[in-house]
Amino acid sequence: MAETTKAAAPAHTENSNKKWAIGFLTVVLAIYAINKFYIPTAPAQVKTFFNAWFSLTSMGEIMIYILMALGLNIVVGYAGLLDLGYVAFWALGGYVAGWLMSGQFDQWQINFFGNPPAGLPNGIHLNFLLVLVLGGVFTAIWGVIIGAPTLRLKSDYLALVTLGFGEIIPQIMVNGEDIGGFNLTNGTKGINPVDNIKLFGHEFGPFQLADKFLIYASLAGLMIFFSLRLRDGRLGRAWLAIREDELAASMMGVPLMRTKLASYAVGATAGGVGGVAFATLIGGVYAERFNFQVSIIILSMVVLGGMGNVWGVLVGATLLAWVNNTGLVQFGNIINSATGKNIDFPSFNFLIFGVLLILMMLYRREGFLPEARVRLIMHEEEFSDVAVVTDDIEVEGVHHHEHN
Amino acid sequence: MSTTNNPVLDAQNISVVFGGLVAVNDVSFTIPEGSIVSLIGPNGAGKTTFFNVLTGLYQPTSGDVFFDGDNITGRAPHKISSGGLARTFQNIRLFGMMTAQENVMVAMHSKMKAGVWATTFRTKKQKREEAEAREFAQELLDFVGIGKTTHEYARNLSYGDQRRLEVARALALRPKVVLLDEPTAGMNPNESAAFVEFVRRLRTERGVSVLLIEHDMSVVMQVSERITVLDQGQKIAEGSPSEIKNNPRVIEAYLGKSGSEASQNVN
Repeated sequence: MAETTKAAAPAHTENSNKKWAIGFLTVVLAIYAINKFYIPTAPAQVKTFFNAWFSLTSMGEIMIYILMALGLNIVVGYAGLLDLGYVAFWALGGYVAGWLMSGQFDQWQINFFGNPPAGLPNGIHLNFLLVLVLGGVFTAIWGVIIGAPTLRLKSDYLALVTLGFGEIIPQIMVNGEDIGGFNLTNGTKGINPVDNIKLFGHEFGPFQLADKFLIYASLAGLMIFFSLRLRDGRLGRAWLAIREDELAASMMGVPLMRTKLASYAVGATAGGVGGVAFATLIGGVYAERFNFQVSIIILSMVVLGGMGNVWGVLVGATLLAWVNNTGLVQFGNIINSATGKNIDFPSFNFLIFGVLLILMMLYRREGFLPEARVRLIMHEEEFSDVAVVTDDIEVEGVHHHEHN
Repeated sequence: MSTTNNPVLDAQNISVVFGGLVAVNDVSFTIPEGSIVSLIGPNGAGKTTFFNVLTGLYQPTSGDVFFDGDNITGRAPHKISSGGLARTFQNIRLFGMMTAQENVMVAMHSKMKAGVWATTFRTKKQKREEAEAREFAQELLDFVGIGKTTHEYARNLSYGDQRRLEVARALALRPKVVLLDEPTAGMNPNESAAFVEFVRRLRTERGVSVLLIEHDMSVVMQVSERITVLDQGQKIAEGSPSEIKNNPRVIEAYLGKSGSEASQNVN
């Protein structure tokens, strides 16, 4: 008994983590290998099929969505803070790539291990890895700037303020064409092209999609690693404690503001890195892509997959991102050609997500693949609940004070 | 006697006013180092409010709280608790969906150092820190007698075990003083009797001073060295158990005026 009680965590979670990690790695490598070695020599029908259903651009996008959903999961799933403006961090990261990897600022000519297009040396051209780091740091700082005044708010108000920030930042980008005569964001035209990724002497442009996919998959993998490790440590415990009972957490010596800010900063970093990655995937930054709907999609990924559980969020992000960028179009085409109608299925995506979320809330609130502990609370009526047998008379005073 | 020791906690002239309601009225109160003291009073007397002032949850309208020589009035709750003033809750407030071990380890947060990087890359220091924390958590779980529940979710524990886990969690702060808010609520007489012994062990084996809010008079009388009685926000009596037992104002507060006459007639 003594040995087992000293283990870091219940053995089954370690095991299932290993299984899932191997599964993720296998799928990623399989996609890479198929596209790198098989598709180029495959018959035309196979090529068309893969292009239509599992295009590499959509696969890369899925990886980036996994990265960002896991970032939001730290804020929403771990620390229990509702953030409705996550797109702000995605936008900020995207613009860091736009500023530091393109000809946007053509009054300067800076090249630091960058990859300017042939014959166009103007602008700032930094190395992709450096931009990833800078994008992450930049958004982390913004996470703290946005978080510091808002995280003192109670949950509903916090959600509203984050909603506001999610609107403000993209709007600044839309209107940032002429800030006192300085063209910061190139307005609605966006910044393009963003430089091709160049790593270790190899260039990864629009035709090296398989390699680019692998880069994005590594970023997603890194975030999975971060998420799992953080949850098991000092910070992760403090986040969960805040999610469970903020007041009790502070009474146990957990500094609420600092711990919440840490979750915000880590979440924002993932959003920023995702933004940089996405800019290199599509080769540009476009202000109108950073709309409120993105915040909701990413939040849906977290909720749908199973709040707090890394693997659940991964499944949720994969499913939703794929349905959004490929599934709806393809199934729509099939249905249209079978019925002879001409319905624009992708335009129904929010109807479908909305219905899906409502159904989830009605029948499976804990998500597809919930964290064990979340499954517990969602089905609490099935467990004998001893904690209810308490005396709540003087608790009223405590709550009263919280709102003051 | 221990009552002559320096006070580890010293609350001076505390008043708390909610709107027009005076919940606590000019109460002074000390916990001598190494002592076991109790705060009693009828429902609504302001005991929990007073508790919440001590732990920083409420700002007193007037008055000061000194802990270990420092004025902690108005200090943030997490600073007061990590400074060594730990508490449990009248209505159990565990982190239900965390394991018993995790619950205890949360309270070690302020004493641990690992940040994002150290945790992610499991540096040697972080690993040692985690291992020590787990060991200490196990020690505390063993101490309160639930050493086999390490990996069980707190909400799945029995009511009594949840109460014990709350104490273990409070002890993880390495406190000088532990405030127990109605710890025997819901216990049967046998459990309450065992609890008296447990509170004494808290002092002898963990070296903490204990402040109890308690309704169970047999527990209070057995375990306390000093008892303070609150009624309607005011301190109406203070003294040893035998003094309190025979104090007419206390009897009046609990039984009403006629009750106090009746009890005198019986005597």
